[in-house]
Amino acid sequence: MSNDDYIIKPKHAWIFGDHVNTDLIVPSEYLTENDPDIIVKHAFEGINPDFSKKVDNGDIIVAGRNFGCGSSREEAVFVIKELGISAVIAESFARIYFRNLINQGIPAITLKNATQIFGNMTKITINISDGIINCIDLNTRKRTTLKFKPLPEFIMKIIEAGGALNLIKTKVKEKI
Amino acid sequence: MGKTIAEKIISEKCGKDAKAGDFVIAKVDVAITQDGTGPLAIRNFEKIGFKKVIPERTILYIDHSAPSSRKELSNDHNLIRNFAKKYGAIVSDVGDGICHQVTMEKYIKPGDLLIGADSHSCTGGAMGAFTTGMGSTDVAVGMGLGKTWLKVPSTIKVEFTGELAKGVYSKDMILYLIGKIGADGANYRALEFTGEAITNLTQEERFVLSNMAVEAGAKAGLIASDDHTRDYLKAVGREEDYREINPDNDAIYEKVIKIDVGKIKPKIAAPHTVDNIKDIGEVSEVKIDQVFIGTCTNGRISDLRIAAHILKNKKVADGVRLIVCPASRQVYLDAVKEGLIDIFVNAGGVIMPPGCAACIGVHGGVLGDGEVCLSTQNRNFLGRMGNPKGFIYLASPATAAKSALKGYITDELEGER
Repeated sequence: MSNDDYIIKPKHAWIFGDHVNTDLIVPSEYLTENDPDIIVKHAFEGINPDFSKKVDNGDIIVAGRNFGCGSSREEAVFVIKELGISAVIAESFARIYFRNLINQGIPAITLKNATQIFGNMTKITINISDGIINCIDLNTRKRTTLKFKPLPEFIMKIIEAGGALNLIKTKVKEKI
Repeated sequence: MGKTIAEKIISEKCGKDAKAGDFVIAKVDVAITQDGTGPLAIRNFEKIGFKKVIPERTILYIDHSAPSSRKELSNDHNLIRNFAKKYGAIVSDVGDGICHQVTMEKYIKPGDLLIGADSHSCTGGAMGAFTTGMGSTDVAVGMGLGKTWLKVPSTIKVEFTGELAKGVYSKDMILYLIGKIGADGANYRALEFTGEAITNLTQEERFVLSNMAVEAGAKAGLIASDDHTRDYLKAVGREEDYREINPDNDAIYEKVIKIDVGKIKPKIAAPHTVDNIKDIGEVSEVKIDQVFIGTCTNGRISDLRIAAHILKNKKVADGVRLIVCPASRQVYLDAVKEGLIDIFVNAGGVIMPPGCAACIGVHGGVLGDGEVCLSTQNRNFLGRMGNPKGFIYLASPATAAKSALKGYITDELEGER
């Protein structure tokens, strides 16, 4: 671990199942709303009512297979960013959603059996750069370390810049 | 070493030998957005500070809520029109049709690389083009740089053999496949559809397969171009755009799936996931409130012909609302000329202007609480048609039309099998 490492310490891990689609993340009936607060308020409401009220800044989402499948709508990433979600860990991601997370600067981590593992964890620290999770197992009260495959370097660059927009803005300005 | 269609096209676009698993920067030939995703792409394009749109074929579609159903969307539409004028993009306006249909008619060529801010941008795979969906930010960057980053996908080859039975269509083929491999069965991968049953499909029928590739998680749903592709391009006045795109004989596939289409029966995707596939017999007790025939999946002229043939001189069942929506202005004109619109209206149907219409649930055809819709669209997620208390079943135009007559889910050849 170095000083430059990207580290998050979420208060809660919110667990979701398999195939959580973009219509569940942002119901299409609110897509035409121009007020971002309304869209955010209804995030995940079909599967976790009042999610937007319960979530704390810095929390993480942990999901099963194929998280974010369906539409390409970036509102489905915008809402979790607005809610202060610091990373999404899933057994697998739908590919458009994976790109959208990275482009908005949110780490997308793939981890086998993620929902099972995180259901039993507290005091979580995630080193995104090194691919290491430290936590305490609620059952055994033991300190546990888990590993995941770190994201490729160029994707980490986008995340560290706070998203694709910031990174490319800098590059375009340099060129001009 | 041989290449898949995906590897071939991406190699050409990045100027080097691209193999599955490689990360590459590739040239974008066509970039598209729609009125749901376009405004964010525009705002991000301007935030980055790009001065002009690079791909000559950058098309900003107004199709998801067209004509606009509320003032906020009308303002978004104007944002799109003004941006296009300022930065040199093409607008496809209200009434022109659904992005994935109009792109097939007017813009996409075999061998192209297209990125689209809409998940069903994979439709063009049937033209032998690598076309894929992305978010607004990705497409904004593609519009500004004329390039995008891609991970070259590995490919699952799906070989369809045999002959389709009467009353079974390409919609049933793709529903069958999605039921078999699941909603993430092709996640991150390209699907390549091949075999004699594909050769026998018309170009319009092939679009259905590619359109729904994303419902199995695929990045693209590719089909080699052939005489059917050439015929289609000729019919839309673009024969010179034809080019042969084929995989190499020794291409390496992650997996090969073989399906005898002769064994496929008409299929239904039941609520609330596309891989919840049933035979019609399993859902034949389901009473329907609305039938929707249209969309980028099944709103083409050949689909309307099939539906009209079933509905001719008949009336939909009491209590069933039939909504028909041609996928594009051209489809609408053809349907008028062929007398199909007459048939739908006389059967008790209502025609919506070319666009996404009821499929996306932001205007026209929103379901009431507890209502059931049988639709020819590609997605039946909870809340998709504007009401989380609605139930959406997916089927072919033939199944949809026959069911509209009966008032419950049934197949085209009910009583004849």
